[in-house]
Amino acid sequence: MGISGTMLLRQNFLIILLFFGLVLSGLIFLKNNQKSCKQQIIEQVFIEPKWKQKTSGLRSSPGLLYNQPSVLVGSRTDVASVSSWLAPIIWEGTFDPILIDSIYKQHNLTIATTVFALGKYTRFVKDFLESAEQHYFVGFRVHYYLFTDQPESIPEVKMGEKRNLTVLKVQSLNRWQDISMSRMEKLEKLIENELANEADYIFCLDIDTKFYGRWGVESLGRLVGVIHPWFFDAPRDRFTYERRPESQAYIPAGEGDYYYAGAAFGGSLEDVHQLTKTCREKLLIDAANSIEAVWQEESHLNKYFLLNKPSKLLSPEYMWRDINEKAAQIKVIRFSNVAKNYAEVRPNP
Amino acid sequence: MLLRQNFIIILVFFGMVLSGFIYLNNNQCRCHQKITEQGIINGGTGTTVDPRKLTCNQQITEQGITNLKWKQNTFGLRSSPGLLYNQPSALVGSRTDVASVSPWSAPIVWEGTFDSKLIDSIYKQQNLTIATTAFALGKYVRFVKDFLESAEQHYFVGFRVHYYLFTDQPELVPEVKMGENRSLTVLKVQSLKRWQDISMSRMEKLEKLIESELASEANYIFCLDIDTKFYGRWGVESLGRLVGVIHPWLYDTSRDKFTYERSPKSQAYIPAGEGDYYYAGAAFGGSLEDVYHLTKTCREKMSIDAANSIEAVWQEESHLNKYFLLNKPSKLLSPEYMWRDINERAAQIKIVRFTNVPKNYAEIRPNP
Repeated sequence: MGISGTMLLRQNFLIILLFFGLVLSGLIFLKNNQKSCKQQIIEQVFIEPKWKQKTSGLRSSPGLLYNQPSVLVGSRTDVASVSSWLAPIIWEGTFDPILIDSIYKQHNLTIATTVFALGKYTRFVKDFLESAEQHYFVGFRVHYYLFTDQPESIPEVKMGEKRNLTVLKVQSLNRWQDISMSRMEKLEKLIENELANEADYIFCLDIDTKFYGRWGVESLGRLVGVIHPWFFDAPRDRFTYERRPESQAYIPAGEGDYYYAGAAFGGSLEDVHQLTKTCREKLLIDAANSIEAVWQEESHLNKYFLLNKPSKLLSPEYMWRDINEKAAQIKVIRFSNVAKNYAEVRPNP
Repeated sequence: MLLRQNFIIILVFFGMVLSGFIYLNNNQCRCHQKITEQGIINGGTGTTVDPRKLTCNQQITEQGITNLKWKQNTFGLRSSPGLLYNQPSALVGSRTDVASVSPWSAPIVWEGTFDSKLIDSIYKQQNLTIATTAFALGKYVRFVKDFLESAEQHYFVGFRVHYYLFTDQPELVPEVKMGENRSLTVLKVQSLKRWQDISMSRMEKLEKLIESELASEANYIFCLDIDTKFYGRWGVESLGRLVGVIHPWLYDTSRDKFTYERSPKSQAYIPAGEGDYYYAGAAFGGSLEDVYHLTKTCREKMSIDAANSIEAVWQEESHLNKYFLLNKPSKLLSPEYMWRDINERAAQIKIVRFTNVPKNYAEIRPNP
C-alpha cells in the first residue's frame, strides 16, 4: 500500500509538472506570437518614405481685402494663362500676391532649394544667395542645399530668419556636361535621405543666375516647369528636343507642348523624386548605349514633362535670358541667367 | 480519495491552462485587429502613426470617424506617348474675352481653354470613380429621367460614374438605361415640408453619405441639383480638389451686388467689399475629403443659424459662398457648367453644358 501510495504521488507530481510545462510553453509561444504581430504591423507602416502630408486647402483669412477678380476680363490678354490641360501659366498680373501670400502663410511651409556650384561656378554663389534672400519666397521658411566640390570657397551670406544653408561636398567632375547630368542622381538621393519628411516643396535651380524680382508662392504646385526663355514663341518642331530615336529623351517632330528650361524645375517632394529618379534612370540607359542627349538632362526633363504634364507652368519671367534683354510679354524679370564667359568658366568646351 | 483528489487537481490545471489560452488568444486577435485598422485608417492623410503608441487597448471608435481612409488621388497627369494634338501656345490665350485663371491661380474652365482629347487621355490612366449626388423629393422626382438620360449622354462619358439619388419616393424613380461602368443607387429619405429645408438638409445627407460609403470608394464627387439637364460635355476638365461653379446670373456683376447673406447675425455673412465670385449652390464638387469638409462645415454653420432663428437669404447657397470665400476653390467652372436656360444666350457662353430646366415653381414646390 505504501509503495503504490508513493508511486501514485509521484505520478501525480509528474502529471502536475507536465501540465505546468504545457502551460508555460503555451504562454511563451503566445507571447512571442503577439510580439511579432505588433512588429510586423509596425514594419508595414514604415515601408514607404513618409512624405510630409499636404492636406490643407487654400484657406483665406477672414476680412482680407483685395480687388474683385473679374470673370470676363483676363488680366493678361497678350499671353496664355492656362495650358491645354488646365495648368495655370504664371505671368505678372495673373495672380494677386497679397491674397496668395496670405493663403500660403497658413500652411507653415518649408521650401527646399538646391543648387550645384562646382569648379569655377562657386563664384556665382554669393550673388545667387544674396539676391534670393531679397526676392525668393521672402517671409517663408527656405532651406538651401548647396552641392560643391570646394566647401571652403563658399562665402558667408547673411540669411534671414527661418532661412538656412546646408553645404554638401561632392566630387569634382571633368566635363561640364557630366556635372550637369549628375545633378539628377544627387537630387534623387538628397530627397530620399533627407528631405522627404522635412520639406513641402523643392526647387532645383542653376547657380549661374540671380534674382531680380519676386519669386513666391505663386510658383508652388505638385509639378512645376519653367518655359524656356528662348523658345516661348517657337513652333514645336523648332524646339531643341533630342531628335534621335536611339536616346531615351527622344521626342519626334509633331509632338511636344512647350520647351522647358533645365535651369529651374520643382514641385512636391514626391513628384520631384519621381522626376529625378526617372531622369537618372534614362540618363543611365543612354550612357550604356553610348549616347548623350543634345542638351543633357534638360532633354530628359523635357521628355519627362511631355509624359508627365506639369500641374503648373512658370512663364519665362522665372528663368530669363539676361537682365539687359527685354521682350514685350516680359513685364518683370524675376530670375535670370547672368552674363558669363563660358570658355573661361567651364572645365571643358 | 487520493485518486479523486488527483483528478480534481488535474481538472483545475486543465481549466487554468484552457482559460489562459483563451484569454491570450482573444488578446492577440484584438491586438491584431486594432493595429490593422489603425494602420489603415491613419495611412491616408494627415496624422502620423507612432508605433510606440499602438497598444492593444487603444480605442478606435472615435478615431475611425475623424481619420477616414480616403481613396488616394496621388496620380500625376500622365500622358500617353505618341498622342497627337495641336501645340499649345504660351502667348496666345485661347479665350481673350474671358478670364481663364483666378487671382489665386485656379483655372476657370471655359470652352476653348482645354484640349478635351488630351485631357481625357490623361485622366483615363487614373482609373477614376466619380460619385454624383442628386436629391429628388416630392414633385421633383419628375426631373430624374431627363437628368439621368442626358447625363448618360454628356457627363463623364467613358468614365466610371456612380449616381446617388436621394428621394422620398423610391418607387417613382424611373428605370434609366445606364452605360457600362455606370451605376445608380437610390437612397430613401424623409419628406420635408419646406423646399428651403429640403435644400438645406442636403448638406448633412452628403456629409453622412461620404462618411459612411464613399470615402474609400470614389476619387471625386459632384453634388448637383436635379431640376436640370445636360446639353453638352461635362468631363474630366472639371476635376479638382475643390470645385465651384460661377453662378449664371451673377458673373458680370460687382461684388456688392452679389446676393451674399448680408446680416452679420448669420454664419454665412459676407460684408460689402469682400467676395471673389458668386458661386451656384446647384453644382459643386471636388475630392471626397475636401467636399466632406465643405458639407460638414456648411451643416454646422446652418445648425448654428437655426439655433439663432436665422435662415440665410439663399439657404445653403449662402453658406457655400461663405465657405468658398474662406476656402478658395482649386478650380472654377464657368457658367457653361450651370446655365440659366437652354434657350438663353450670352456672348461668352459658347456652349451650354448643364442648365436649369424651366418649371412652374408655384406648382412643384411644397411651399412658396
